[in-house]
Amino acid sequence: MSVTRREFVKHTSLAAAALAASSRSELFASPPETTLLQDISAKELCMVALNAAIGEGVEYADVRITSVRNQVVSTREDRVAGLVDDETIGIGVRVLVGGTWGFHASRHLTREEAARLARAAVSQARANQRAALDRVRLAPVDPYPNGEWQTPIEEDPFAVPVEEKIDLLLTANAEALRVRGARFVSSSLAFVRLRTTFASTDGSVIDQSLYRTWPSMNVTAVAPDSSDFQSRASAEVAPMGLGYEHVRRANLFGRASEWAEEAVQKLSARAVEPGQWDLVLDPSHLFLTIHESIGHPTELDRAVGYEANYAGTSFLAPPEEVIGQFRYGPEIMNIQADRTQHGALATVGWDDEGVPADSWPLVRDGIFVDYQTTRDQVHWIAPLTRMSRSHGCSYAQSWDRIQFQRMPNVSLLPGMDDYALEDLIAATDRGILIKGRGSYSIDQQRYNFQFGGQVFYEIRGGQIAGMLKDVAYQGRTPEFWNSLDMLGGPGSYELGGTFYDGKGQPAQVNAVSHGCPPARFKQVTVINTARAE
Amino acid sequence: MPDILTESEARALCDRILSRTTADGAEVRLLSGLEGNTRFAANQLTTAGEVVDAEATLTARFGQRSASVSFNSLSDAGIDAAVRKAESLARLSPEDPEQMPLLGPQQYLAPGAFFDGTEGLGPERRADAVAEAVAQPRQADLVATGFVERVARSTAVANAAGLFAYSRSSLASFTTTVRTPDGGGSGWAGGTHNDWSRVAAPAELVQRAADKAERSVDPTVAQPGPYTVVLEPTAVGNLLQLLSSGLDARSNDEGRGAFARPGGGNQIGERVMDERVTVFSDPEDPDLLERPFTDDGLPVGRTTWIEGGVLANLAYDRYWADRQGRNPLPRAGGLKFAGQSGSVEDLIEGVDFGLLVTRFWYIRGVDPRTLKYTGLTRDGTFLIENGRVTVAVKNLRFNESIVTMLNNVEAVGEAVRVVASESGGLGPAVVAPPLVVRDFRFTSVSDAV
Repeated sequence: MSVTRREFVKHTSLAAAALAASSRSELFASPPETTLLQDISAKELCMVALNAAIGEGVEYADVRITSVRNQVVSTREDRVAGLVDDETIGIGVRVLVGGTWGFHASRHLTREEAARLARAAVSQARANQRAALDRVRLAPVDPYPNGEWQTPIEEDPFAVPVEEKIDLLLTANAEALRVRGARFVSSSLAFVRLRTTFASTDGSVIDQSLYRTWPSMNVTAVAPDSSDFQSRASAEVAPMGLGYEHVRRANLFGRASEWAEEAVQKLSARAVEPGQWDLVLDPSHLFLTIHESIGHPTELDRAVGYEANYAGTSFLAPPEEVIGQFRYGPEIMNIQADRTQHGALATVGWDDEGVPADSWPLVRDGIFVDYQTTRDQVHWIAPLTRMSRSHGCSYAQSWDRIQFQRMPNVSLLPGMDDYALEDLIAATDRGILIKGRGSYSIDQQRYNFQFGGQVFYEIRGGQIAGMLKDVAYQGRTPEFWNSLDMLGGPGSYELGGTFYDGKGQPAQVNAVSHGCPPARFKQVTVINTARAE
Repeated sequence: MPDILTESEARALCDRILSRTTADGAEVRLLSGLEGNTRFAANQLTTAGEVVDAEATLTARFGQRSASVSFNSLSDAGIDAAVRKAESLARLSPEDPEQMPLLGPQQYLAPGAFFDGTEGLGPERRADAVAEAVAQPRQADLVATGFVERVARSTAVANAAGLFAYSRSSLASFTTTVRTPDGGGSGWAGGTHNDWSRVAAPAELVQRAADKAERSVDPTVAQPGPYTVVLEPTAVGNLLQLLSSGLDARSNDEGRGAFARPGGGNQIGERVMDERVTVFSDPEDPDLLERPFTDDGLPVGRTTWIEGGVLANLAYDRYWADRQGRNPLPRAGGLKFAGQSGSVEDLIEGVDFGLLVTRFWYIRGVDPRTLKYTGLTRDGTFLIENGRVTVAVKNLRFNESIVTMLNNVEAVGEAVRVVASESGGLGPAVVAPPLVVRDFRFTSVSDAV
């Protein structure tokens, strides 16, 4: 019996939300470790800051004490290429005074500094009022006085010895190089851990530990006469919100020779004939197209012009002309935003202003219905969406940056029928299958784009008919998505993702996942990049 | 500990860190200071931030093995934790045959890059700057967004061979994008300098951007192809900073760079660009004011890279310099394309038919062998006819080689310091003149405003 769309969403998102809910009621096994604070707990330090802020007469205040640890082990061929293990910790205090924000942060974790930051943030907010117009209005949020959440990892990546990580990568590299024609290989393991104690004047005190893990490999084959070289990256292995178990299951050792062989095959791939082609896009590729052409334009602050000075604006504007009206794609297109999918990079228990993780549609049956929001954005569009609560998209990359609206996981839901990638190929008479990410470029309103990929296959009469090379496709976002005509089923749904989503001034990075099935798009403009100017 | 460590405080902390490691050799780099920013959008101040931080990067060495860790917990406990991490990672690293011995004590220039007025550009004065900036757009029914940022910091480098370097610097920038309410027109302007008083007034920058926004509505379509272009200094700076990546001796000596000589070696001494192109670095140049030492304490002085179109120098890291029997030459100290005279308006007068470009965006590499890049124009692109700007045109994508562009120079104006970074924030110092360039290749039209 095929899974309905509603059941699919319930299974992946709400089940994970239920798990998060149980951890909120402290059934979760191991609590977060203590931070590097000496003789005062993070919670006490937060209280000092909040009390000082309340003493200054704030409408609202929150505090984050965050430590961020980054570890990267990278290798090439038979040697270690780099070892990085950095950590930063500090405290950031945000206040709302007379409808205006203020924010101060410091690496000094003392009572005196916590109080000073609160007073300085209030003073800053008062100064900021002279150039403000509208009052910030926060949508309501429930208090969570004992919140706790941790990425549901099975194995702590920081507890695994570096020697073991090096060994794993070097043996995988050796496997790749056993393939004839494979000349160079690089591989790496990257891990991130964010530990935050959050407290607010709404009465929340929340401890969270987020983990991110990214195993990757790239094999380069060189033609025997050195006239050409081609690379094949481990596109099917996504960065995930998981622990070391993701590295083990990624099985770089077992898949290395397959990637190496494809790198070699790319050397003799046929150059693509430019023109209109049907495209079958694998999740390992499509996730990035979703990120650029759906994830970004549906950021509400971008749509109302807040990112115009750097990242750009959105064609999906103004809200009153598009919510409930704009046809993003055909009726089979459903886009779900969430911070609850198991293993996804933007998945949390609560966002950086204490809003519990949510799951909500952005596009329903092809029609655009809602944006990504934070507490201060809800009232901008509440009459249009009937939402009175934030969707929980507030995030800061570290203690030293103010939290603001960032992309949640944004996913294309699978179709109702149980199609696999093979079924999409079999149903296509003339097309190109694209796997993995390549070059990407899109304009500042998210209209015109050009995307490449890792490997390309020609589809002829429902069969794979050899590899192609130098493929990129160009399109205009609304026309492209309206050419979607076939979706894989629930069994073909996979998560892709990125560690490096950038936005804001000062610029901040965000990690985000995008799930999707394979999908087909009709008559898309394909160019040959080697021939293009 | 104060926010910006003085020289003696930095020396004391570096010594303490170095004394707690048992590695054969060690280096420390210590950054400390203040960073503050204020954003505005929809004609009002939106968010701001002020941060105090200090960060140490410790490199531990055992013979030819080394590893680095960065940390900001600078108590003895924090230092010891970092030392343990760095030492264990160093022991796991392979021997690096290219690792050079630690440098001994050096002499450094003193650029005078710190200005109290910039340090004093705190939340209050930044809020004033924003209030000044949005006053006119509010009256004129335009929508202003923008960003003002400043840092005030010190950097110190020390090692177990007795080297110690210290410098203080400040840096500020103001950028703004002004749009028409319907989003049909957009203009940009920005300025940056170590000395905030040398950055153009916010109201003046907003006026420039507003003017472009109003003139950029209802654009016509300029068909893709080669054009004579007048590039404003910011647009030149967006591309000039990319030239830096091609000025490395090793990649060129190994045949992998834009200045490699076919058959072997590099093109030093050869004419590679138009004779009006002179590009140099100098930490003491009053328009640049960059740090006078590298991350491992090598002194940075004045270096001319391109002299009258001739490739004068390439950067040599210590290893490659040793291999080639030369002195090391770091790629640092800012980048200045020496200008001549003439404003953007003067250059426009000399063009019969062409395009005026304010800035480039989303620039990505296409071919490192020719320094070919692709990107888009943005926020003020216009047609020039018979020496005058006539109408706005839709934005265009370009695909062009920096080297080719600098060979096709027709005129060079007066150089100014620019905000070269796409994100509009602080970055390495870049000074560029406006240019007239022939045959600049645009390859497709973009609908985006």
